[in-house]
Amino acid sequence: MDIELMQRVLPFFMEAAVVTIEVSALSLVLGLAMAALAASAKLSGFVPIRWLGNAYVSLFRGTPCLIQLFLLYFGGPQVGVNLEPFAAGVIGLGLNIGAYMAESVRGAVLAVDRGQAEAARTIGFSRSQTMRYVLLPQAARLMIRPLGVNTIALIKGSALISAISVIEITYTAQRFISSTYKPFEIFAIAAVLYMVIIYVVARAVDFLDRRFAIA
Amino acid sequence: MRPSGSMVEVRGARKSYGNFEVLKGIDLSVERGQIVAIIGPSGSGKSTLLRSINHLETLNAGEIWLDGVQVNQPLKGRAFERHINGVRQQMGMVFQHFNLFPHMTVRDNITKGPIVLKGMGRDEADALAAQLLAKVGLADKIDSYPSRLSGGQKQRVAIARALAMKPKVMLFDEATSALDPELVDEVNAVMKQLAAEHMTMIIVTHEMRFASEVADRVLFMDGGAVVEEGQPSTLFTAPTHERTRAFLKKYLNA
Amino acid sequence: MGLDFSVLPPYAELLGVGLWWTIVLTVSAGIVSFVMGILFAVTVLYAPAVIAYPVRFFIWLFMGTPLLLQLFLIYYGLVQIGIDLPALVAGIVGLGLHFAVYNGDIIRAGIAAVDPGQTEGARSIGFGRWQALRYVVIPQAVRNTTPAVGNMMIALLKESSLVSVIGIAELVHASQLAISETYRPFEFYIAAAALYYLANLILEAGLNMIEKRVEASR
Ligand SMILES: Nc1ncnc2c1ncn2[C@@H]1O[C@H](COP(=O)(O)OP(=O)(O)OP(=O)(O)O)[C@@H](O)[C@H]1O
Ligand SMILES: [Mg+2]
Repeated sequence: MDIELMQRVLPFFMEAAVVTIEVSALSLVLGLAMAALAASAKLSGFVPIRWLGNAYVSLFRGTPCLIQLFLLYFGGPQVGVNLEPFAAGVIGLGLNIGAYMAESVRGAVLAVDRGQAEAARTIGFSRSQTMRYVLLPQAARLMIRPLGVNTIALIKGSALISAISVIEITYTAQRFISSTYKPFEIFAIAAVLYMVIIYVVARAVDFLDRRFAIA
Repeated sequence: MRPSGSMVEVRGARKSYGNFEVLKGIDLSVERGQIVAIIGPSGSGKSTLLRSINHLETLNAGEIWLDGVQVNQPLKGRAFERHINGVRQQMGMVFQHFNLFPHMTVRDNITKGPIVLKGMGRDEADALAAQLLAKVGLADKIDSYPSRLSGGQKQRVAIARALAMKPKVMLFDEATSALDPELVDEVNAVMKQLAAEHMTMIIVTHEMRFASEVADRVLFMDGGAVVEEGQPSTLFTAPTHERTRAFLKKYLNA
Repeated sequence: MGLDFSVLPPYAELLGVGLWWTIVLTVSAGIVSFVMGILFAVTVLYAPAVIAYPVRFFIWLFMGTPLLLQLFLIYYGLVQIGIDLPALVAGIVGLGLHFAVYNGDIIRAGIAAVDPGQTEGARSIGFGRWQALRYVVIPQAVRNTTPAVGNMMIALLKESSLVSVIGIAELVHASQLAISETYRPFEFYIAAAALYYLANLILEAGLNMIEKRVEASR
């Protein structure tokens, strides 16, 4: 282990880690918003809306995230969408994870006992009222873990934006692996950074899961 | 140090789970062709005894012998593993919950052992399966999966699976307890047939009538010990111990 | 510069070859990930600590880091300790190991969920420890985990796109070649996406069929 080298590259990695965290956090927000939209679209009674929700989820889950990023970043200018790498990364990752998160949300809603919806409807709640007052509060708890899994996948998936030259952890690692010829030292630093970020997120998910369990 | 000419010999068997002694020194000897029924209240150690004979449980003390070979030999590691696999091939065991392999057809359930363990050819094994299934009255189920069978049918396949290894002794642990009452007789009939063929059997059961019909000898266990044993005619009609009387009274009236 | 999909047909063969390599990668890495997954599961559950702990550390490391980083390590890293894997092999090994770790976790849970009575049933006939695993427990664990492992295969098809970064001429890489000649990223990435989507549909249908057959044999 070349400790001296590791100390020398560490500052670069710390900056890169901040970028990974920023991108992940922003795409998480976008992803959750897309998931909420898409899940309600998929559960909607209005067929064209439902169809739109289905199309979004199916297309973004059915193709590689890398292609989606490339299409947005390299193909975007052809249709008048000019984005910086960072912005393209956030939007691309957010749209992609949103499709997966939509399935987590929908799965949680469907997992709530059927009798709950029926009971609500017999009282006279409308479809959306049933969703809002009866199903969603119960589903919220059920979706924490799956959404947590999605979030961790998002953090690992954020490595992809190194391919559109966002200087995050994996980009930095690749650069130093080819310039220092010390692959294992560099990998070790990058691995520790990812694991720390993921560990913190996993603990946060545990915390939320417990909070909602009591409520 | 071969103890006797018996088929199964249990000597001073002791078994504890933590501080709780489940078998408190059991002696039992079963002659070739003999049928022994073991009865007793729940938790008295009947299953533990039977499972120890097959070495599914390891005794803390005592010896188990099968046809002159010690089952729980003080061997270690691979040597013991080889030894016990050989011994188990000579003992058939039938469980309360069948333990049929759900991912195999009835045919494969029966033939897997002979083919893998004895190197039997496919054709010979298939013929054996067909013959055993005919014997337990399930010739037409050879290609079914266990999930398509009733409980009684499953248990009869389990018996055929054990018989396919040509065992010297059959061990039954409450083979009919998990069955609906109307399915009990078909399994009992198969066991009676084995009795008529002089198969050596040890049968743990809660059915006193069946025990008295097939068994040559009945053991009453309670609290990890054999309280009383004898021929069915004497034990069921004139038990000498108070605990046996109390147990039989409850069961015969039920 | 508007869109013009007529740039695609001249490159149909190039994309077709790319798709072919994507399929080769997915199938090979899929097999590696399945076999290694079973191996990981059995090791974690039954191997002595000196073997099980290093394997668990490896699993933990691979679960916590991005596939792309792992590919860089395997392709650019191993060369420097004298292991020079051709890109295709590095790609298959990288993808295979990455998904083996997840499959291993799934199958381990599947093995733990098989009724202990199954092992007893096998042992009572005279099957050894390993034979009981091989003939009775693992086949059931694999059957019960088919849907979850199938999902991993679906993920694998898409993630195989990442090996374009180490220069394997699969679908993404083929598209990039075409783009470098035509400067038409939008059209070619759309075409690549469509091909992935199609391959994905076919894979899903295939997995559905397998699941149905497994379901029927129980
Ligand atoms: N693995 C174990 N760990 C701890 N205690 C056990 C274990 N297996 C059995 N026992 C205990 O040993 C005692 C004897 O159990 P055993 O299953 O042999 O009884 P049994 O006579 O077969 O009863 P039943 O008629 O209910 O089947 C019971 O009190 C049981 O709770
Ligand atoms: Mg019992």
